[in-house]
Amino acid sequence: MNNIRKSILIVCRKSPYGTSLAREAIDIALAAAAFDQPLSLLFAGDGVYQLKKEQNSEAIASKNHGKVLTALPLYGIDTLYVEDSALRLRGLATEDLLLPVQTLDGDSIKDLMASHQILINV
Amino acid sequence: MNFSLLVLGAPYSDQSVSTALRFAEAVTATGNSIYRIFFFHDGVNNGNALITPPQDENNIPAQWQQLAQHHGIDLVICIASALKRGVLDNVEADRYEQSGDNLADGFNISGLGQLIDASVYSDRLVTFGP
Repeated sequence: MNNIRKSILIVCRKSPYGTSLAREAIDIALAAAAFDQPLSLLFAGDGVYQLKKEQNSEAIASKNHGKVLTALPLYGIDTLYVEDSALRLRGLATEDLLLPVQTLDGDSIKDLMASHQILINV
Repeated sequence: MNFSLLVLGAPYSDQSVSTALRFAEAVTATGNSIYRIFFFHDGVNNGNALITPPQDENNIPAQWQQLAQHHGIDLVICIASALKRGVLDNVEADRYEQSGDNLADGFNISGLGQLIDASVYSDRLVTFGP
């Protein structure tokens, strides 16, 4: 694995709370970054809620997922894409998000997926 | 083509597990190969040796074991997911002073690096989950 590098796209589809899948997708991203693989994240569907500002998870005794995401740039993970229609359908705009992102329409998402060698869809 | 699978679903709870099993059988039946099956999230329960299904239902851990044995497939359970769900091999059971271990034969416990390794060394990684 030391010499081989493959571009990985992790598709984050789950809302931040309710299941642990959102957190676990980020764990995969951190592992990929630790092994120095070129990595992008796409937040799609309910996954866009993960990026929402002002999350407060104290009342449900969960870790604050927003805080986990704001640490991503420290690990060199700063290529973040968001499904534009998923944002708009949920009444959100990029100003409501914790981190700078690139929004993509459906055709661009198709191109994004095609341009990566590995998709991990959680 | 060389595939790896990422299995997220719990056996008997999530249809994605039997879909993953059928997919794996189809891959091996068509002259393709499987490099690794990585069990993550609730998927780690697929490696619980204490699973005791009723007689008229499939024994899912046994199905994974047979598949792996026939085709030389690496079955890896994520350690972080497994420990908190109570799936332990004898090494981890000793380390955490638990009363017993329950990892089914043919499965190995390892870290997320094995998923990244599988991504890098396979032509395709296919996710099965809720």
